[in-house]
Amino acid sequence: MTNLDRFLDNFFNARIAAQWAPKILDGMGVTVLLAAAVIVAGLAFGLGLAVLRAMGIRPLNWLIIFIVDLFRALPPLVVIVLLFFGLPALDIQLDGFWAAWLALSLILAAFSEEIFWAGITSVPKGQWEAARSMGLGFLVTFFLVILPQAIRMVVPPLVNRTIAITKGTALASVVAVPEILGAAQSAVSHSFNATPLTMAAAAYLALFIPVVIAGRWVETRFAWKR
Amino acid sequence: MDDFLLNFFSLDILREASPILIDGLISTLLLSALVVPIGIVGGIILGVASTIRNPWLRYPIAAWVDLFRALPPLVLLVFVYAGLPFAGIEVNAWQAVAIGFFLNTGAYYGEIIRAGIESVPAGQSEAARAIGLSRFQTMRLVVLPQAIRNVLPDLVSNTLEVVKLTSIASVVALPELLFQARQAQSVTYNATPIMAAAIAYFILLWPVVRLLSRLENKQLAGRR
Repeated sequence: MTNLDRFLDNFFNARIAAQWAPKILDGMGVTVLLAAAVIVAGLAFGLGLAVLRAMGIRPLNWLIIFIVDLFRALPPLVVIVLLFFGLPALDIQLDGFWAAWLALSLILAAFSEEIFWAGITSVPKGQWEAARSMGLGFLVTFFLVILPQAIRMVVPPLVNRTIAITKGTALASVVAVPEILGAAQSAVSHSFNATPLTMAAAAYLALFIPVVIAGRWVETRFAWKR
Repeated sequence: MDDFLLNFFSLDILREASPILIDGLISTLLLSALVVPIGIVGGIILGVASTIRNPWLRYPIAAWVDLFRALPPLVLLVFVYAGLPFAGIEVNAWQAVAIGFFLNTGAYYGEIIRAGIESVPAGQSEAARAIGLSRFQTMRLVVLPQAIRNVLPDLVSNTLEVVKLTSIASVVALPELLFQARQAQSVTYNATPIMAAAIAYFILLWPVVRLLSRLENKQLAGRR
């Protein structure tokens, strides 16, 4: 066996690939499901916090800023591990999937709140004054005039951050979620062959390369200009 | 409430676990001091190379950057650590982390530095060339300093992410803070060590988060 043969046998082994493909595909399903759940919950919660912050209630804003800072400072894996191993002590049973979902959603919420808030504060004051002087109320002004402009302005950083946090779904493998990486690792230990890892990398690329390219497109499409 | 305190804030457990937690914290700091410079150097190489107008250089570099931005860092790390031995290359945890972080964070820093270089007006390098600086001098003395200043918030933000990311080294059994905390947790059946690790990360990184908010607001105000 030449070195190349050995390399191919260990990383691109067709028999092992065929054997474990269903498991990796199942893993892709779990990854997509987890990512979708995180994106929906994280962005919704983040927008909600930004809207609350715009109400300008001082003590509430301090609390929001603290929560946002907290989840921006903590490594995602630490939050996942803390929820997974810590909550059972309080008789709250979270399986790995929901522990990872909760952790990543809180983190995406923190980052997206900061981004939404930056957008809200960057809408010129004149927009507020014009809308209010036309007789629109505070809430109507906020939701129909300010927020649409704010969101449009922050699409690029929001998309980038969302992609980055979505890739954190791979961390769920640490708490035994059979997503792509988890499935691949158990396949490697059963087959004594690195082919499942190659497949996992390929699966992530298949999922994320289009997303990264779309992110680039969004960046130019929504570039900072008015 | 007592249950909560006993399981997350037990002083006895903390006292018992603190030596190995401190070891872990030191490893985390060492690890950060290793991988941040590795990533920045990789990023400067990629960033500068991607602004050279040569299609044989540009497209491979863009593909490289996209490839390593699309792969989750943990996948890359596990691939390096568990995969390379199958290719006959034995790597220890520190080496695996160094390789994985070079590939992943280098690509991110590269994107940021490229954006920075592109934000410097062409007149700057034209003027520098016109007064007789070489291309290398122009890049090093005129373009890069301005580029880095323009993208400083992004660089700080990425560095924060890299330091946080060192926690994934626990997966390949590198005894950094999270790994040590999990060891202590599995021996004591108590979440206090993990809570202590989380608090340590927060104390370490909160000032950076605050600084970042300030920088971002300033940048936003500049754009208005």
